[in-house]
Amino acid sequence: MTTLPIEPVPAPPPSIETPSAEPRWTSLRGVNASDRIYKGLLTVLALALPLLIIALFVQLFFSALPAIKRFGFSFLWTSTWDPVAEIYGAAPMIFGTLASSFLALLIAVPLAVGVAIYLTEFAPRWVRQPVAFLVEMLAAIPSVVYGLWGVFVLIPFLRSYVVPPLKAVLGWTPFFQGVFYGNSLLAGGIILAIMIVPYIAAVSREVLLAVPSSQREAALGMGATRWEAVWTAVLPYGRAGLIGAIILGLGRALGETMAVTMVIGNRHDISLSALQPAYTMAAAVANEFSEATTSMYQSALAEVGLMLFVITILVNAFARVLIWRVARGTAVGSKAL
Amino acid sequence: MIARTVWRRISSGVMTGIVALLSFTAVLALVLILADLIAKGASSIDWAFFTKSPVPAGETGGGVANAIVGTGIIVGLAALIGLPIGIGAGLYLAEYGAGRLGFMVRFIADVMNGTPSIVIGIFAWTWMVKPVGRFSALAGSAALAILMIPMIARTTEEMVRLVPHSLREAALALGYPRWRTSLRVVARTALGGIVTGCLVGVARIAGETAPLLFTALGNLNFSTAVTHPMQTLSLQIYVYATGPFEEWHRLAWAAALVLMGLVLVLSMLARWVTRQRYGRVR
Repeated sequence: MTTLPIEPVPAPPPSIETPSAEPRWTSLRGVNASDRIYKGLLTVLALALPLLIIALFVQLFFSALPAIKRFGFSFLWTSTWDPVAEIYGAAPMIFGTLASSFLALLIAVPLAVGVAIYLTEFAPRWVRQPVAFLVEMLAAIPSVVYGLWGVFVLIPFLRSYVVPPLKAVLGWTPFFQGVFYGNSLLAGGIILAIMIVPYIAAVSREVLLAVPSSQREAALGMGATRWEAVWTAVLPYGRAGLIGAIILGLGRALGETMAVTMVIGNRHDISLSALQPAYTMAAAVANEFSEATTSMYQSALAEVGLMLFVITILVNAFARVLIWRVARGTAVGSKAL
Repeated sequence: MIARTVWRRISSGVMTGIVALLSFTAVLALVLILADLIAKGASSIDWAFFTKSPVPAGETGGGVANAIVGTGIIVGLAALIGLPIGIGAGLYLAEYGAGRLGFMVRFIADVMNGTPSIVIGIFAWTWMVKPVGRFSALAGSAALAILMIPMIARTTEEMVRLVPHSLREAALALGYPRWRTSLRVVARTALGGIVTGCLVGVARIAGETAPLLFTALGNLNFSTAVTHPMQTLSLQIYVYATGPFEEWHRLAWAAALVLMGLVLVLSMLARWVTRQRYGRVR
């Protein structure tokens, strides 16, 4: 077979100079240099947030590493906290954190959801804005001021008016045993409850406002009373968001520091009784970190901080997902934060 | 049948009463706290309270001038660091935040808003106190700045999003580049809202105590050196409230009243700024 001589492919003619992107349109298409610089700058600033959260986690982890290596998982269920013997266990703090937050939710949830229901469904129009504002103002009070109020007003009040009847009626249960000295789980729980009410109320209110009015109208149209419409139509519709709001409040309660530190008693002890002093993770760090002299002591406190950080991040993320499901994309609740 | 209807009506009325009562309780808590602050704090506030530094423990008199100045410096520095980053991140979320990165940043900002401030205190301590071996006001400011960034970012985003699209389109149609549209038209229009967000953010960090405990530490003397320990109102309230002296408790109430007043003024100012701009809408 004769091979045909392969003709070299003729080189393409030198391409015609395409007019460089029409200058008239550059700004509209956002491709000019200053636009890119602007976007780049904003992106860098926005990236600060993910970087910060990663840096927080990594740094806490490495600070806590000596304690994690030394104590392993036993850190979680050991109740000894002895800086002299260098034995650390966080069980009392974990218990105290959970118990005080649970107590706070027990008080705050009915209160806050009640506020939200009243303000969205029943209150006269002129009442809504002012009352919502006043409840939100509770969130503006600094934690340390709550603590001060707790120490000098709430605890004396509890001692003279609340604890005696509580003990008389429920003194036989394990939850109200022992002598009440003032600083206690009960005081911590109540202070926390007051502090998280505005958060739960604000987010619940926005969730309820996001419930379409057709839901209410349908229920009312079927002959439901106003309360039945709320109970059978509005609340179930907003359920995920309401749970999100409550979990958000839980996240707040878990991490709240100053007010709790001032009233909870700060004792490394596990007691079922709400009248006894307790400790929380945040309070332990607040109280002891600046006095922690040995590196193992600091590391143990950093591990407590790390646990607190991870728990609140998870709780908050979960709450966010729930709230976003109800009010997709809108920044529901971010005002309250 | 009729009995049932009546029962349903009554229970509806009762539940309405209960939720109204709950709202009243929540408002009552606020009123009680504010009333106690005024009742126990107002009598101790005089000229010396604002102009004198604390006297040694056990003596009477003295004021919190050092704490007021310290609060101003620490919060001011924190705002200086935190506001530009927060506003920038917020603008990013509003202008370019539709993609995956925007979603992630938004989510992280929301999650970080709930991070316990004490944890951020440990972070600032490790980076800014431990290496130099000295507590400093600057470390406190850094911690507070970190605390305010996510909050400012989210409020800025929300406010910028309120700006109608037609304004942006009009500016682009006139040939403005995007960055000028964003800054001169969109951000300018949302300025009132952004300022509100900043004021609320500053009000919140002004009352923070936990992240300052082992960064700014507190200082019983008058000090303006940012590389040294410095006092703030919140730290002073903590120390005085947990201390043993009657005199300290008195000063703690007064300091709390001043701090609360500062926070309230900032919050009111924030609302007033918004009212100016969005008066009819809200």
